[in-house]
Amino acid sequence: MDYEIVIGLEIHVELSTKSKIFCGCTTEFGGDINTHCCPVCTSMPGTLPVMNKKVVEYAAKAGLAMNCSVANFSKMDRKNYFYPDLPKAYQISQFDLPICKGGHVDIETDGGTKRIGITRIHMEEDAGKLLHDQWGKGTLVDYNRCGVPLIEIVSEPDMRSAREARDFAEKVRSILQYVGVSDCKMQEGSLRADVNLSVRPMGSNVLGTRTEMKNLNSFRSIYRAAESEAERQIKLIESGEAVVQETRRWDDDAGKSYSMRSKEEAHDYRYFPEPDLVPIEISDSLIDEYRKSLPEMPWERFERYTGELGIPEYDASLITASVKTADFFDKAVFSGADPKAASNWIMGDLMKLMKEIDTEDIPFDGEELAKLLKLIDSKKINNNIGKTVFAEMFRTGKAAGTIVSEKGLEVVSDEGLLDKVVEKVIEENPKSVADYLAGKDKAVGFLMGQVMKETKGKANPQIINGLIKDKLDAMKGM
Amino acid sequence: MMDIRKLTIKTAAMALRKKEISPVELIEKFYERIDVTDETIGAYISLEKEKALEQAAKASSMIDDGSSLLAGIPMAVKDNMCTEGTKTTCGSRILGNFIPPYTATAVSRLGEAGAVMLGKLNMDEFAMGGSTENSYYRKTRNPWNTKMVPGGSSGGSAAAVASGQAIFTLGSDTGGSIRQPAAFCGVVGLKPTYGTVSRYGLVAFASSLDQIGPVTKTVEDSAIVLNAIAGRDKRDSTSIDTGINDYTQGINESPVGMKACIPVQYLSEGVAPEVRSKVQKAIEYYESIGVRCEETSLELADYAIAAYYIISSAEASSNLARYDGIKYGYRSNDFNSLLDLYKNSRSEGFGDEVKRRIMLGTYALSSGYYDAYYKKALKVRTLIKQEFDKLFDEYDFIIGPTAPTTAYPIGEKEGNPLEMYLGDVFTVSVNIAGLPAISVPCGLDSAGLPVGMQLIGRAHGERTILRAAHAYEMGNPFPIAEEVSHGL
Repeated sequence: MDYEIVIGLEIHVELSTKSKIFCGCTTEFGGDINTHCCPVCTSMPGTLPVMNKKVVEYAAKAGLAMNCSVANFSKMDRKNYFYPDLPKAYQISQFDLPICKGGHVDIETDGGTKRIGITRIHMEEDAGKLLHDQWGKGTLVDYNRCGVPLIEIVSEPDMRSAREARDFAEKVRSILQYVGVSDCKMQEGSLRADVNLSVRPMGSNVLGTRTEMKNLNSFRSIYRAAESEAERQIKLIESGEAVVQETRRWDDDAGKSYSMRSKEEAHDYRYFPEPDLVPIEISDSLIDEYRKSLPEMPWERFERYTGELGIPEYDASLITASVKTADFFDKAVFSGADPKAASNWIMGDLMKLMKEIDTEDIPFDGEELAKLLKLIDSKKINNNIGKTVFAEMFRTGKAAGTIVSEKGLEVVSDEGLLDKVVEKVIEENPKSVADYLAGKDKAVGFLMGQVMKETKGKANPQIINGLIKDKLDAMKGM
Repeated sequence: MMDIRKLTIKTAAMALRKKEISPVELIEKFYERIDVTDETIGAYISLEKEKALEQAAKASSMIDDGSSLLAGIPMAVKDNMCTEGTKTTCGSRILGNFIPPYTATAVSRLGEAGAVMLGKLNMDEFAMGGSTENSYYRKTRNPWNTKMVPGGSSGGSAAAVASGQAIFTLGSDTGGSIRQPAAFCGVVGLKPTYGTVSRYGLVAFASSLDQIGPVTKTVEDSAIVLNAIAGRDKRDSTSIDTGINDYTQGINESPVGMKACIPVQYLSEGVAPEVRSKVQKAIEYYESIGVRCEETSLELADYAIAAYYIISSAEASSNLARYDGIKYGYRSNDFNSLLDLYKNSRSEGFGDEVKRRIMLGTYALSSGYYDAYYKKALKVRTLIKQEFDKLFDEYDFIIGPTAPTTAYPIGEKEGNPLEMYLGDVFTVSVNIAGLPAISVPCGLDSAGLPVGMQLIGRAHGERTILRAAHAYEMGNPFPIAEEVSHGL
């Protein structure tokens, strides 16, 4: 039988505000253990939370970028459970009145553009971190992350494959980076997803029993966990067993998931309105202001790149996939680079270099690329030297001009100087000379290569080409 | 010679200004008094003599420049308000070793006004109770009759003022915890409008109901203290800027022309006859000075206790979850797993009444029961608010007894929590509606125990009830406890 996979995601994203959601402590990653906390975020008796307005603004903007409606009235609630990393024994979150509702995000599939519904986005605080057996036997708690602001983005069960799930998560990340409300650094855990998945016979419109896979912290693990879980559920059904509604833990190293707790063991979180905080009221005019302040989104840039700038669709979609490459491109074009040339450099050299060291960060901005292209266009350096310079820029962050002058890479156009080199090369390569004289014009190319080698690639090719031909032709007549 | 038992903020401030006594001498006299009486009364959990004398020495300049009436005034604070460097136990074993690194806003504002904190006061554990018998540390006795309870949960706050062990104190009131002990001990207790005084640093019992307020000898003193502690605090988002700068303003004006009402439910069969007759006499007095008093009805009064115990216990069950033995406070030595650590620390650290409320509140919030209990209680809360609003469309304040009885013998209601809860019948609805109310002494019963009268005002109507209470107090002088107390 054929099965259809049904997936919904809950994505937890850390917002990039400077301070925590309910106190003035820094949200900076790292820091010595228990140095980024205060009586409020460690929940000492009598302390009270105070809402960070920036968190509300960022959450609302994230929602607007995903086509949600922002609530004029929302409130915070307490989610009660005991765990040592949660010093209040409740998490301040949002239950029935989240800040954003009812949006959508489009992803590209083989069958064309597909719209994934966003059920809701709500704000909440992060918990601390348990450190097991690092100082002898026992567990210690680091409260630095307590109160770091998060949003949880809940999708509709609209995805039908592991690939769609992964692509959706990537799209969400890209959008948030564009809006500038989160840097979504996976390796710092600032984006984590829960995968809700069920399977059903193809054509059925009744949902199967779902499981939830918690805390997946890479796109790869979202993909693999979804694949593996779909397979597990189909196997169960094929062998006549039932899928149990449960929470599962994905072990990325083992490539397997394990049952964490069943529906019966599920927590009763005893949600109720947080009495220490007043409701969040956002006026229509403020929502409008937020909307107007949204930057140009990836799909809008795609339109501009492929239209006005004449960039091929494939290139435009890759460049706009990350706000970092898109910003880099825009800056290069703004600084005078030819759009197509800039696009080619990004698609080729830049993406290759980024992939090599697996980074998303570009150590210089697009203006530097424009300057490099200017050096090439004005023939101060040749194209091949340009590639070397670009790699050097990527490695050191130095400006193109600095690298060229430090390493003396400027094109040599001094005919007197080049004449001597050409002379020497002709002398040392009698066979090539003979070939040319015998009518093999290609021999000129070899000789030019030798001159380039002697000049470390800096010779002005037009000049040496002329010099070589002149000298050889002179020999013809002899 | 100065009788410190009779000192009010006003008379003490005058004596300090005239240099009849130095602030340090005044503080020393109060510690002498505490030495003599507190073994019997049991109002204090901890004393901070060294710090207090240091503070007193610094108060001189403020006394001289006349910038604050509270400069050099000895006071004390209920032990659920955090005080930097001073143990804050909340009357519980679970916070027995807790020394906060910060001070509650209300307390630091008193400090800024120059008031000198003598120590921290006994209370029912986590402010849950009406007799101060639920303290893990000690029993507090009623200064009028030491066989009797002082009321609660701010029993230490009321007993300290009544026995002359502090000129004024701070209490906290979630369902009557300032007003009822004030009534039992024959002193003045004011619960301000919700949001008037910052809750920052007040160890939470029920966040949507808790409010800090003064316990004083006179009505005017409570207005003076409120002036110092009221006002918006950016660390408490539920605190508000009331726009009122001076709560003593107009306090001496006659309440003639005001309209008051007496809900029939407040003088029903359930009220002790002697309490009823004293309150009725007070009503007659009001009529005699030109306040129009009418009988009215608060139909929902009967539901207030049920709604209160559900809402307050629900919030408490969540607020008290943080006492888990992990980060601070009491931790059991007996555990082999995380669950045992939680269970044993909490089982050993909390007393019976606290456990009872945590269980009640947890139950009321549980899935399947939420709608029937918590949600319904919130609806009742809204209706009670509306009913009060309607009364205040017509009346300036509401008169009634603070509690249905006077102080009862220590031990009498232990083991009968339900009967204890019913003692809150007139006070809880005020918290539910977030209104201000004041308890003033209105006579002694035949056993010589004080009766308290409660005046309830509209939201931010503190000045109205203060004026009315002050007028009553002026016409009906009340003795101090020491003149009639047993054996002190």
